[in-house]
Amino acid sequence: MDTKSKCRIIAIVTALIMAACLFCASTAAAEQKNEPIKIGGIFSVTGPASFLGDPEKKSMELAIDRINAKGGIDGRMLEAVIYDSEGDPSRAVRNAQRLLTRDNVIAIVGPSLTPTSLAVVPVLVRAEVPLISCAAGNQITDPIKPWVFKTAQSDIHAVSSIYAHMQKKGIKRVAVMIQSDAFGESGRDQLLGQAGDFGIEVVAQENFGTRDTDTTAQLTNIRRADPEAIVCWGTNPGPAVVARNVQQLGIELPLYNSHGVASPRFIDLAGDAAEGILLPTGKILVAELLPDNDPQKAVLLDYISTYEERLGETASSFGGYAFDGINLLAEAMKGTDGDKNKIRSNLEQIKGHVGISGTFTFSGTDHNGLAPDAFVMVRIKDGTWELVE
Amino acid sequence: MQEFLQYFFSGITNGAIYAVIAIGFSMLYRSTDLINFAHGEFVMIGALTMVTLTMTLHVPVVPAFLITVFGVAILGLVFERLAIRTVSRPEPIVLIIITVGASIFLRGLAMLIWGKDSHTMPPFTAHQPLDIAGARLLTQSIWIVLIAIMVAACLHFFYKRTLTGKAMHACAINKQAAWLVGIPSKLMTLLAFGLSTGMGAVAGIIIAPITMPAYDMGSMLGLKGFCAAMLGGLGSLWGSVLGGFLLGILEALGVGFVSSGLKDATAFLLLLLVLYFRPGGIISAVKVKRF
Repeated sequence: MDTKSKCRIIAIVTALIMAACLFCASTAAAEQKNEPIKIGGIFSVTGPASFLGDPEKKSMELAIDRINAKGGIDGRMLEAVIYDSEGDPSRAVRNAQRLLTRDNVIAIVGPSLTPTSLAVVPVLVRAEVPLISCAAGNQITDPIKPWVFKTAQSDIHAVSSIYAHMQKKGIKRVAVMIQSDAFGESGRDQLLGQAGDFGIEVVAQENFGTRDTDTTAQLTNIRRADPEAIVCWGTNPGPAVVARNVQQLGIELPLYNSHGVASPRFIDLAGDAAEGILLPTGKILVAELLPDNDPQKAVLLDYISTYEERLGETASSFGGYAFDGINLLAEAMKGTDGDKNKIRSNLEQIKGHVGISGTFTFSGTDHNGLAPDAFVMVRIKDGTWELVE
Repeated sequence: MQEFLQYFFSGITNGAIYAVIAIGFSMLYRSTDLINFAHGEFVMIGALTMVTLTMTLHVPVVPAFLITVFGVAILGLVFERLAIRTVSRPEPIVLIIITVGASIFLRGLAMLIWGKDSHTMPPFTAHQPLDIAGARLLTQSIWIVLIAIMVAACLHFFYKRTLTGKAMHACAINKQAAWLVGIPSKLMTLLAFGLSTGMGAVAGIIIAPITMPAYDMGSMLGLKGFCAAMLGGLGSLWGSVLGGFLLGILEALGVGFVSSGLKDATAFLLLLLVLYFRPGGIISAVKVKRF
């Protein structure tokens, strides 16, 4: 091929590309009015936290499809634009920038983790776009940032549920066993901070790694401190190793765990050692067992049956964070015609919204909107959960 | 005393695991001058294969053990053939980077095959934990230590008494001289890969019942095993065993008497100290002038 024909081909290709671009631009302008409203999602769909991100992504799509099936918001359809952060804060920031500049989303739901959420908060605050985080860490909404909300129950309520239960049982001396990661650190702050309010003394503090194979040395230290109960704060599989080691050492103390292991997987992993473990959990895990007068019962059973029918897998409380996020957003979007500032102030006005994680009542000083009743205490018995009073 | 014994039991259990992983590193290094940073992933694949065989396919423990070790060893051979042998300029740094790449690849592959959840399997023999002077010992821990020592003894025998073992040893000492006397050095390299990854599988299998194997367990175990090998003396069989047990016991004592928050730090600090005073490890089998 000579140089001349090469040049010609390049010219033709360039012209074609330009024509295609022009065509796209003109159609886009024509459809501006009926174009769906875009809502962004950033979840840890893959990577170590995929157990959170994967159900969150699916639940967000489920919630949006349900809203669209009912005719959308003020006649406009919703569209989900979801990116995978892989649990990496810097990738989450890139995702957020892309959602804001390229996709022009009206609000963002997610990210799934506390570190990723904290990383994207400044980006959203600068752009003045509402963010509804699905992460548990209470640093996200404390102190209050005008544009940032969250739907997951925070550690504050989990710890106060555990301590309230201990207070009823007359337990005064506890030992804490903390996983060495952000989840564990955040739990430890609450466990140490709230102990005094319930007349409880933390007599021993030990750490374990996310991938530790054996924690008997730490538990031996705990036994030496002679506590009346042990609280283990972590996510699978660490606490299952701890539970097995407690059984191995023949420690007969009540073992409390965090909501981080509130899944059937934990019972599988810990086996016999899970028997008798107490933990706070969102109500979804025990939806069937709730009394009929619980306002959340109907909402929960509805979500569980639709989710399981559509996806063929067990619904978890994690998916509920994104599901609540979209529903809260939809409620706030009504009549705003996409004005972000109005959406933000409408979110703050929401009262008594019954969701999966609890009943949300936001205000100018509370951007999590949940009360301690978002948690119930459960005990593991015969390989399943039972409600405890 | 009771506490000390409990720390010690915790230490030898972890130590035996580190030892078996360290042996895998050492054996490969000794014959090929190569540090396989994908070794931890072979441990992970061993553990997860064992779980699948015993839990899903209901194969009894002993045949499942053998199938897993041979399966992973063959995977190691394939790895050598496809990723290592094909390199046109086999410089140490290039090969090491290839093993790092392989480790990421294997982790991703395992995530696709076994999913992201942790798995579980029962111990080899169901027994109540033994009570020794007030300290509790799991029967699985006894299995772990026994198997680790047996593996080391078998390898010792292999290197000292069999022709193939001696041939591998010869290759390790001087590849060209070995080639001159008719030892197929390429075959020996291949064999070293098989043995090393097989060792990794053994480590994975023995810990499968006490940890919850998942696709991401390999890197930390690999790192600890590498530390143990460096500590004892990279390239030395008994050095690796010693390094493994030492690392495990010191970690447990560190948790017991210093702080559990500093568990990993204690181990790595120790490694730095040893390398500062004895760069070749406690039992240095090879002169440190490789790179």
